[in-house]
Amino acid sequence: MAAQDPVPATKPFDRARALASFKLGDTTFYWLTRLSAIAVLLILGGIILSLAVGAWPAIQTFGFDFLVTRRWAPQIEPTPILGALGPIYGTLVTSFLAMLIAVPVGIGIAIFLTEFCPTLLRRPVGIAIELLAGIPSIIYGMWGFFILAPFMTDNVQPFFINLFDGVPVLETIFAGPPSYLSLFNASVVLAIMILPFITAISRDVFATVPPMLKESAYGLGCTTWEVVRNVVIPYTRAGVLGGVMLALGRALGETMAVTFIIGNSFKISGSIFAPGTTISAAIASEFAEASGVHMSALILLGLLLFVLTFIVLSSARLMLARLEAAAGR
Amino acid sequence: MNAKSMNAIYASRARKDKIVRVLCFAAAAFGLLWLSLILFTLLWNGLAGLSPTVFTEMTPPPGSKTGGLANAIFGSIVMTVIGVGIGAPLGLLAGTYLAEYGRYEKLSFYVRFINDILLSAPSIVIGLFIYGAVVVPMGGFSAFAGSLALAVIVVPVVVRTTEDMLLLVPNQLREAASALGLPRSYVIRSIAYKAARTGLITGVLLATARVMGETAPLLFTALSNQFWNMNLMTTMANLPVTINNFVQSPYEYWRQLAWTGALLITLAVLALNVIARLLDAERKKT
Repeated sequence: MAAQDPVPATKPFDRARALASFKLGDTTFYWLTRLSAIAVLLILGGIILSLAVGAWPAIQTFGFDFLVTRRWAPQIEPTPILGALGPIYGTLVTSFLAMLIAVPVGIGIAIFLTEFCPTLLRRPVGIAIELLAGIPSIIYGMWGFFILAPFMTDNVQPFFINLFDGVPVLETIFAGPPSYLSLFNASVVLAIMILPFITAISRDVFATVPPMLKESAYGLGCTTWEVVRNVVIPYTRAGVLGGVMLALGRALGETMAVTFIIGNSFKISGSIFAPGTTISAAIASEFAEASGVHMSALILLGLLLFVLTFIVLSSARLMLARLEAAAGR
Repeated sequence: MNAKSMNAIYASRARKDKIVRVLCFAAAAFGLLWLSLILFTLLWNGLAGLSPTVFTEMTPPPGSKTGGLANAIFGSIVMTVIGVGIGAPLGLLAGTYLAEYGRYEKLSFYVRFINDILLSAPSIVIGLFIYGAVVVPMGGFSAFAGSLALAVIVVPVVVRTTEDMLLLVPNQLREAASALGLPRSYVIRSIAYKAARTGLITGVLLATARVMGETAPLLFTALSNQFWNMNLMTTMANLPVTINNFVQSPYEYWRQLAWTGALLITLAVLALNVIARLLDAERKKT
C-alpha cells in the first residue's frame, strides 16, 4: 500500500527507501497468506482438540463400552448409563437407505441430462438441479415433517409391510406398524436432499468425457446406452465414485433434515419403520437439557461423527487421487 | 452368422437402449417431481403468511396470534455478515497462498487436503467446536459465537474458490508484471486479484448463501432470543433456529411463521446463487 504514496517532489528520490518499503510489503503479505493457510490446519486441530477435551469426562466414565452399549439412560443417578450403539446404528442405516435411493436416481438423472435430454431443456433443468443443491437442509427437514412423513406413513409404509408380510428376513426389516417418526421417513428426506448433490457432481463429471471418444463409439454403431456403459462410465468412474462418497459424507453428518422425523429413540429395532436416532439428531435434540456426563457423552458422539466422516471423506480423496494417478499413467 | 440372428442382436440392443432411456427418464421425472413439490409447498405455505408485519414485529410469545420475524431476520443478517466478514478474508488469504506462493509445496498439499475435509465436515460438529472453544470459556451463548461458527464454515468454501480462480489467471500476466519490476505481493494484489475479481466475488457470494440457512451450528452458539437485540455478546434471534423451534411447536401461528421464514431464507439463498451464476457467466464471456 505504501508504494502508492507519491514521493514528495522536494526531496530527491530515495531508491533504497522505496525498495525497503516494497520488501516490507512483500514480506508482510507473504506471511499474512502463509499464516492464513496454516490457520486452516489449526481449525481442524482446534475442532479435534476442543471435542476431545469436551468428551474426556465421558471417555473416562464409559471407556470403550460407550461404543457397544445399547442403553441410553441419562436420568439414572449418580452415573447415567450411556451407549452410542443406537445412534451409530441409526446413522449407518439412514445413510445406507438414503444412498440406496439417491445414487441410482441421481446418476440416472445425470445420464438423462447429458445423453437423452433435448438440448433445449438441458440448461434449465441443470440449473434447477444446481440451485436445489443449495437449499438449506432445514427446509428439507421441515418439508419432510409436514408433508412427506404423513404421506409415507399413510401410503408407502403399509404397502411395504403388506408386500413383505410372511417373507423371512424381509418381514422383520419391513415390520409394522407404520410410524410417523421412523428411520425410513428420515432416510427418504435424506435421499431427496442429497439427490441434487449427486446429480450435479455426476453431470459435471460426465461432461468431462471428450466428445471425440463418444463420437468414435457412435461411429462404430453403438447405441446411446452402449456409449454410456462402455465409454462414459469407465472414463468417469473415479469422479462419480468420489462424488458418491462426498454425498455419503454429507448424509452421515446431516442434522436438520432428519431431526424432526426420526423420533429420537435410542432403541435398536430391526424394522426400518421404527423410530430411531442418528448421532447428529441425538446431539441436536438432547443438547439443550444436557449437563455433566450426559453433555460430555453428546460431545463424544460428535467426535465419533467427525472421525467417521473424516474417514469417509479422506478415503474418497485418496481414492480419487490414486485413480487419477493411475489414469494419468 | 446369418442375417436373421444379426437382426435379433440388433433388436435386443435397441430394446436395451430403450429400456435404459425410459429408466433414466423416469429417474429424472421422479427426482424433479419431489424437488418441484418442495418448492411448491414452500411457496404455497410461505406466501400465505407473508405480510408487512412479518418484517416489523418481533417473534411472538407462545400462544400469541400476532407477531413477525423482524428480530430473527435482523439477527440472521448480522450473524451472516460478521461470519462472512471474518471468514472470507481469511479464506481469500489462505487461497492466495495455495495458488500463488506455495503452489507445489508440501504444506499446500496438506492444507488442500484438510480444507477439502472441512468443506464437507458436518456442520453440527462445527457448532460443538465453537461451543467448547468459545461459548464455554466466555460463559454463555452469544451472537458472536454464532458468527464465529458461520465463519468456520465460510473459510473452506472461500479457500477453494479463491485457489481455483487464481489458478485460472494466465501466468503470462504475472510474468509481464514481474518483468516490469513489480514485487511479488503487488503482482498478486494488483494483477492476479484484478484478473480474477468476478470469480473471487462469486466464491464469497456462494459461501454467504451456504451459511445463510445453516441451523445446526447456531443451535449451540447463538441460540435464539424472543426480543430485539443488538448486543453481540448475548443470545440473538435468527431465522434458522426460530424455524427449528416453531416447526415443532403445537401453535398454528408459529408453524405458519416457520413456513414464511423458510420461504424468506430460500428466496435469499436462491437470489445469491443466481447472482453468483450471472457473475460467473460474465466471467466466462470475457
